[in-house]
Amino acid sequence: MKKFFLGFAVVSLLIAGVLSYFASSDPDGLDKTAQDTGMAAHAQQHPLAGSTFADYSLGGDSRFTGLAGVLGVLAVLGLSFGLFWLLRKKTPSTDTAD
Amino acid sequence: MHMSDGLLNAPVSVAFLVIAAAAVGFALVKARADLDDRTAPMAGLVATFIFAVQMINFPILPGASGHLLGGALAAILVGPYVGALCVTIVLVVQCLLFADGGLTALGANVTNMALIGTATGFVVAVALRKLAERGKGGLAAVAFISAFVNTLLAATGFVVEYAIGGAGGVEIGKVALLMWGMHALIGIGEGLITAVTVTSVASIRPDLVFLLRGSRKPLEVRS
Repeated sequence: MKKFFLGFAVVSLLIAGVLSYFASSDPDGLDKTAQDTGMAAHAQQHPLAGSTFADYSLGGDSRFTGLAGVLGVLAVLGLSFGLFWLLRKKTPSTDTAD
Repeated sequence: MHMSDGLLNAPVSVAFLVIAAAAVGFALVKARADLDDRTAPMAGLVATFIFAVQMINFPILPGASGHLLGGALAAILVGPYVGALCVTIVLVVQCLLFADGGLTALGANVTNMALIGTATGFVVAVALRKLAERGKGGLAAVAFISAFVNTLLAATGFVVEYAIGGAGGVEIGKVALLMWGMHALIGIGEGLITAVTVTSVASIRPDLVFLLRGSRKPLEVRS
């Protein structure tokens, strides 16, 4: 059981940390629609556009996309694991030591 | 499919923030029943996996790409309520940590990808559950179809939101045609990723696939 969860986490880390370098940098379907129709002219810059990891980079340097990806994986893992662990039903059949 | 701020006008953006907050609150209440010591870690990993895979934009046309949304994937593996929360967490982290997806647009983005995507993916998957229970091929087909539908309907969410309060006055037929055309292609990618992921999990830990668990509910034995 532990092995499966560990494997799942490692796969996510590899995708975000390594495979992310091979992702297409073309606009996605919605952004392309916005560009082609001209509605993109109304798009506003993100209030946090200047933040450290904006656009999956490190200070705007996209060579660090993998690092940003790993950080994101850890952030999502921490947040979601924490939330779901707190929300879970505590079943009487399982005695957790923690 | 993360829209920036400004594509929707302020009242519509705020309205969808309220709608999304209410729906996520409802999901938080309902999710409890689907979370236990075994499924809570799984749900955390599903959210994490969706974040990672969303980084991988794949080309669909010259000059255009797409990425996984993850609604059907999450719904099939951890159920609709927990699944909606998984995608919501991903969108919040992307917005706040990576400036991906507008801040005032967060409500509309959550509505499209986390709520509409997960709900429609789940409805389709449940409707086809008999096929999914037939074996690996059936499960792959169900995962593909529900993911394809979740992509198209999440795209439709944006079309509707733009029709209600979009900036720039672009003819809605044009928006719909471009969104549906491109998301039909993205939906194929979403379907393939979802099918591979769900069948991989099912072949190792079928007990962790929410969709397959439902059928065994009447036989559930408490130890």
